[in-house]
Amino acid sequence: MIKTDVLIIGAGPTGLFCAHQLGIIGLTCEIADNLDKAGGQCIELYPDKPIYDIPAIPECTGEELTNNLLKQIKPFNINFHLNQRVEELKKVGNRWHIKTNENKEFDVASIVIAGGVGSFEPRKFPVKECEKFEGNSLFYSVKDKTIFKDKTISIFGGGDSALDWAIELSNTSKVNLIHRRDGFSGAESSVQKVKELNDQGKINLYTKYQMEAVSGENNIETVKIKHDEGEIKEIKSDYVLGFFGLIMQLGPILDWGLNIDKKKVEVNTENFETNINGIFAIGDICSYPGKLKLILSGFHEGALAARGCFKYAKPDEKLRFEFTTTSKTAQERLGIKK
Amino acid sequence: MPKITYNTHDNNTHTIDVQNGLTVMEGAIQNDIPGIDADCGGGMSCATCHVYVNDEWLDKLPEKEDGEEDMLDMAFEPKKNSRLSCQLIVSDILDGLVVNIPSKQG
Repeated sequence: MIKTDVLIIGAGPTGLFCAHQLGIIGLTCEIADNLDKAGGQCIELYPDKPIYDIPAIPECTGEELTNNLLKQIKPFNINFHLNQRVEELKKVGNRWHIKTNENKEFDVASIVIAGGVGSFEPRKFPVKECEKFEGNSLFYSVKDKTIFKDKTISIFGGGDSALDWAIELSNTSKVNLIHRRDGFSGAESSVQKVKELNDQGKINLYTKYQMEAVSGENNIETVKIKHDEGEIKEIKSDYVLGFFGLIMQLGPILDWGLNIDKKKVEVNTENFETNINGIFAIGDICSYPGKLKLILSGFHEGALAARGCFKYAKPDEKLRFEFTTTSKTAQERLGIKK
Repeated sequence: MPKITYNTHDNNTHTIDVQNGLTVMEGAIQNDIPGIDADCGGGMSCATCHVYVNDEWLDKLPEKEDGEEDMLDMAFEPKKNSRLSCQLIVSDILDGLVVNIPSKQG
């Protein structure tokens, strides 16, 4: 069990800056995130899109913002627990015990939920029977590509993941690529490659088709696809892969007894604490009168929530307000040598 | 003010006055119409404000920008009349627009 003052759930800009604020006031923290890297929506949704409303930064991309925040918290040597979805929460005395889906356990004085609009999960097929095959012959990501050798794979989607896997798997498997329109959102070079492979008969490309049904005994045997104009084709398939990007889901947080309204966690505006003492929520996931869904608001919320955490981590101490420009303690924590 | 009609998946009809310049998505969010999530807040980067537009309105709508069709690839059950409601800016021309909200957004 990892013991620290605060667990921050979510490694987006708000969570990262909150870690900075905790570090400045002398509290320790660890950060967990469901994604495989820090940055949250900034990295997952718009790494290259410029942002124009970060105070004192006229223009930066989501990726630059993330990298700068990571640089800013470097002095605190914070541990990241990536690919971890926080699942269980238990109050033990005046501490919280938290467990992730990978069975990592934390023992903390307080929790800051900086979960954006929830954790990113793959978008799934609308066809109901798909659930039955999920994890055995239907997947939304590839963990072990060797299982596809010499099999027939039907890949759905038009983005880079769908195209890249279609190209890659066409070396060792029979690949059907099915997409809802003629245009693709993936890289143009991959689109050309797929079209070449289709001409050479190494990939069967079906455009303007979508999944209609899947069937099979224990594993998938056939997939039915339906054309825009209504025609239905039945194709033999051992495996189905769907690449429709990610969607954000609140997930297990919903079961923690927090006051939730319209997928947002209600907080006070004094320190962004939720209805449960010791659990704070900041950034896009929190709601209060006047809430603005801006990164800059998340920074403010994180600064106040960090101070709210202090009394739980150090109940016998009093927090002194200090500026980083003048505070020797803060500068020492930042590792500044004069 | 233009009137926009939102048919929700539970067969309810909500007709709302939406101010010119707002998007069809914003009209839904401000009036608590269920079924439009708009997770990204109108940035055309999540496909959770997906709607089906009644056929007679399709050619009156602003053309799809690059990227909207790409995002619609990700939407739940996209069809030919699918649009992202964050990209539909309300104006007098759209007075009377009818959109249908899908059974889910993802």
